[in-house]
Amino acid sequence: MKYNEHARVVENREFAAGYRFLTVEAPRQAAEMVPGQFVHVRIPTLEPSALRRPFSVFDAEDGKVTVLYKSVGRGTQALSRVAVGEYVDIEGPLGRGFPVKCEGTALLVGGGFGVAPLHFLAKKLPKRILFVGGRTQSDLLALDKFASLGVECKVSTNDGSAGYKGFVVGPLDETIAELEAKGEKFELFTCGPDGLLKAVTERALAHGVPGWISVDRHMICGMGACFACIQKTVRGNSRCCIEGPVFKAEELVW
Amino acid sequence: MVNMAVDLGGLMLRTPVATASGTFGYGYEFGDLVDYSKLGAVTVKGVRMSEWPGNAMLRHAEVPGGLVNAIGLQGKGVKHFLSVDLFLYSRIPDPPPVIVNIWGGSEDEYAETAAAIEAANKPLIGAIEMNVSCPNVKAGGHTFGQDPEVLHSVVAKVRRATKLPLIVKLAPNVPAIAPYAQACEAAGADALSLINTIPAMVIDIVRRVPVLGNRTGGLSGRCVHPVAVKLVYDAHRATKLPILAMGGVYEAKDAIELMLAGATAVAIGTATFSDPGTAARVCDGIAAYCERQGFASVSQLTGALCES
Repeated sequence: MKYNEHARVVENREFAAGYRFLTVEAPRQAAEMVPGQFVHVRIPTLEPSALRRPFSVFDAEDGKVTVLYKSVGRGTQALSRVAVGEYVDIEGPLGRGFPVKCEGTALLVGGGFGVAPLHFLAKKLPKRILFVGGRTQSDLLALDKFASLGVECKVSTNDGSAGYKGFVVGPLDETIAELEAKGEKFELFTCGPDGLLKAVTERALAHGVPGWISVDRHMICGMGACFACIQKTVRGNSRCCIEGPVFKAEELVW
Repeated sequence: MVNMAVDLGGLMLRTPVATASGTFGYGYEFGDLVDYSKLGAVTVKGVRMSEWPGNAMLRHAEVPGGLVNAIGLQGKGVKHFLSVDLFLYSRIPDPPPVIVNIWGGSEDEYAETAAAIEAANKPLIGAIEMNVSCPNVKAGGHTFGQDPEVLHSVVAKVRRATKLPLIVKLAPNVPAIAPYAQACEAAGADALSLINTIPAMVIDIVRRVPVLGNRTGGLSGRCVHPVAVKLVYDAHRATKLPILAMGGVYEAKDAIELMLAGATAVAIGTATFSDPGTAARVCDGIAAYCERQGFASVSQLTGALCES
């Protein structure tokens, strides 16, 4: 069931340069939300005819839904001006999320604000490791939130300012090799820029393990009606809002 | 109680508010969020005989007061629509009739698609709307809507293929709408719908490239509304055909303007994306207006412009 809730804002704060958490009271959506699903937000500080903006869900519990966003364009800048106590219309839960079960260790691979759905997923899985990368230390988001869930975080930065120097696939490949050497099972879950998604897709296929890839696309309707948010798959042009955003690695055509 | 029913060229609508093609999928996608009792009809996304992949990404760009899209009529073809999409739509409680939007790469394909729909004999299908005005597909659509003789020919061919009420959706970017409206009437159409999107383009000045994968697209949304009012006004004066009007309807006021200009019914398009409740809100607002103005039937609004 999809809902449109007139949701009171209880948090809208910058937690890192340009990055913000928005938390709203949306009990019906919070109760049914699955990690990897998204919400479609009507921004009250834009003109009423403005398109909604889709956001991956960072957390959903106790009747509240939290998204992590970057204040970058006209919509998200306007969203950053919504005050606590004001209301936003949000539609959700939308899209096909991650499976909330995993054989062996869940290897969560995030880039930029792609860590958002992985956080919600990490809450639902017992055994997981987060691989997170960025250009520099300030691109690494919400690591404290993962740490408080007891998630092991393997960090990499291109400039070496934190963790492993290089791309996120470096530590990922090391861990995959270790798990395979021990004969342990694992699955891959990822969200982030297309380059990262492609790299994780290739690893899932190469190692013959399930890969769950969350694809981020510009959207209009968020419901499967308009066909704007396309990703090429083995079925042709698939809609990320309803056939995704989470696809199986073997479905994707890059 | 205002009588909200209207007759759109033989298609009886319980309210004068429909959805516009391309903005409401195949009628069921918004199912949880829409009050169908307030809808007179649902116009589905354009279908043709065969599957069609649509355009490259990006397929849309938001602009002040509107939206430029170049989706490119992606779809799985008429067989899939009739067997899968229409079935999913039929599970909605008390669904309004479907207006099936069709398009094709040739006159024959338009007629074949209409004939396939006719032959399926589905009670939920209330009418066919011919898209002769999509700006986003080179092979078909627009080319048929830019010459009154060509338009007459394709409409006449589809007319012979179906007994269903036949609506022709016209392009806004013509020097005058009258010859096109009259060509449709002469070819046996039952109604007109207008306007389709207005050809448009958006450029990324940093990368110096067109934003849309298709380079150009069609403009819709709030900003096109006065264009629609003018074209509906002109078309209404040029023919006797009833008109389904669309173009920037966000509030009841927008719909009432179109009806006073000559529309029998209106369709909600881009507004559904920001507010799926738009159609219900517009329907209620039209009824309230009729009560205030003393109209017993909403059909009295059509062309009720007071002009000296």
